[in-house]
Amino acid sequence: MKPIIEVKNLSIDFKVKNGILRACDKISITINDGEILGIIGESGSGKSTFASGILNLVANPGVISEGQIIYHTKDGESVDLLSLSQREYSKYRWTHLASVFQAAQNALNPVLTIKDHFLETAWAHDSKIKREEVISKAKKIMKQVRLEERVLDYYPHQLSGGMKQRAIIALSLLLDPEILILDEPTTALDVITQWYIIDILRKIHNESGITMIFLTHDVSIIGSIVDRIGVMYAGQVVECGDVEDVFKNPSHPYTYGLMHAVPSLHDDISKRKAISGYPPDLLNLPDRCRFSERCMFYISGRCQGDKERTDKLYPVKEGWYSRCYLWREVLKL
Amino acid sequence: MNVMEIKNIGMSFENRVNKMEKIRAVVDFNLSIGEGEIIAVVGESGCGKTTLGKVIVGIYEPTEGEVLYKGKNVKELKGREYKDYRLGVQMVHQDSYAALNPNRTIFQSLSLPLLQNRIAKNKSQALDILNGFFNEVGLNPPEQFLEKYPHQLSGGQRQRILLARALSVKPRLIVADEPVSMVDVSLRIALLDLMSRMNKKHNISFVYITHDLGTARYIANSGRIVVMYLGRMAECNQIQKAIENPRHPYFKALLAAVPEADPDHRRDYSAELPLRSLDMPDIVNQPTGCKFHPRCPLCSEICEREEPKLRTIDGGLVACHHV
Repeated sequence: MKPIIEVKNLSIDFKVKNGILRACDKISITINDGEILGIIGESGSGKSTFASGILNLVANPGVISEGQIIYHTKDGESVDLLSLSQREYSKYRWTHLASVFQAAQNALNPVLTIKDHFLETAWAHDSKIKREEVISKAKKIMKQVRLEERVLDYYPHQLSGGMKQRAIIALSLLLDPEILILDEPTTALDVITQWYIIDILRKIHNESGITMIFLTHDVSIIGSIVDRIGVMYAGQVVECGDVEDVFKNPSHPYTYGLMHAVPSLHDDISKRKAISGYPPDLLNLPDRCRFSERCMFYISGRCQGDKERTDKLYPVKEGWYSRCYLWREVLKL
Repeated sequence: MNVMEIKNIGMSFENRVNKMEKIRAVVDFNLSIGEGEIIAVVGESGCGKTTLGKVIVGIYEPTEGEVLYKGKNVKELKGREYKDYRLGVQMVHQDSYAALNPNRTIFQSLSLPLLQNRIAKNKSQALDILNGFFNEVGLNPPEQFLEKYPHQLSGGQRQRILLARALSVKPRLIVADEPVSMVDVSLRIALLDLMSRMNKKHNISFVYITHDLGTARYIANSGRIVVMYLGRMAECNQIQKAIENPRHPYFKALLAAVPEADPDHRRDYSAELPLRSLDMPDIVNQPTGCKFHPRCPLCSEICEREEPKLRTIDGGLVACHHV
């Protein structure tokens, strides 16, 4: 596996009234060419901030305070995306890295038809491209996301939520990006529409081998699409590895808790258990392991929640890391 | 005795642009809710499940049929009896932020119904009552939450407050409309557990409205499930039985679309859905005959012509010609 993006020590800070809030804390993660990487985390865990960090689109008052994002292009070049100016970076956005943001239903301009969205996007990146060329490309992609051609003439309000989501996925694919970042692409959709979107994404991935980064809070949806998974908690990656390993035998107590907190259709209901307590306040982080207050090992006194020892990741096996220094104990659960 | 009985109710809304058009959100619906029973109502968005919930609570007056509370028609209730119904049937909303007044502290918001309905004589008594319920829903210590404004609390905490608010007037039935869909995954089960605990402890009936079949199965484990499609009941059965052996083709498709977290089962997910079309038909121009026939894999000539009636099959109700 060849890496396509290497995120190194990425930290994103927000200056707020009561201090500095670090939404992403020294995130290092490697994304391989052609894989689907899942990032899972609850609200406030920093996953959306991480996505905007990769695109260098962190909104004020947020700033990227440290880190590198190395992008390995097809020609074998390596570029640090964060060292580029906004103007230089804009050559990469959409043409190399595209994204579908959260609440994509509201991302379309209500006074433009879907066709205008395609034209506007194409012209913003290459003002010389012919109208017919864009439209024939748009028709091709619309077929890929299983929308009829006539949808191109519709305004956003004429589409249902699922259709809008598909139109936006089509739009993101217009300039043949190598990497597609999807932030909660199925949230707020019905199960049948959700199934449909996942099915489309998987087929697009199989056909074109596009690299995808899939951010979600929904544990059950992620198991059915991603190859590798990163788990985020309070701004840190707490576990990262192959989805089969992480799901079957989590090596961090938070992942273990999450896997046992989601009710499904076939399991034993009595085995489901909530994680007690609430996530920590990022402005008042405890002087211990960030998960300690909700962790069964800390609560039962088997762990002291030593902060220094959670500052690094421990390799469980090759390509599988955990932030818990008692990961051997967690594996036994 | 049944807490609530819904008899042949229909709820149509007028289209403001075209006065001739009627939007029939709920059609000819029957349901009885027993004492201490948990009923899960599932369906896609636009199927009328929230409208049904609002009819039960009395926010909407049904355009057809009648709603009986403790055996009496709600429309004819007067004075004390009507007040008894309004207090006895409470609702927990999906968006906990929108459901609380942002300009008032939690205590101001929650003490008002207690004082208004003379459940508490004065503020200090209201405080005592609320302290009790806050302890019960796991908001400890209560003082920390009562003096706060809604924006200072997390989604999970606000949802607990809504539940405490509903419980504080001692209801017999709570309609919970997607109460956990905006709550973090790790906190969802705790809220569902809390609801089933209240169900057992106070013998309160619950109508749990959701599109998430996993949580429906979790909370209504021993209760019933109602599957809605375009305002009609498609299937109704004991939840375990229904999930193990779905009858209606729509319910089968819904079950097949539920994602599976376990990577061992991931191949089962999304091979193909047993549906002919994935889009819901227009609610204004509904299809003829069986409303599901344009999407149904079993569709035949009779389905286009005749709307199927609910039939009792294996202890449950199913509306399909081909079962």
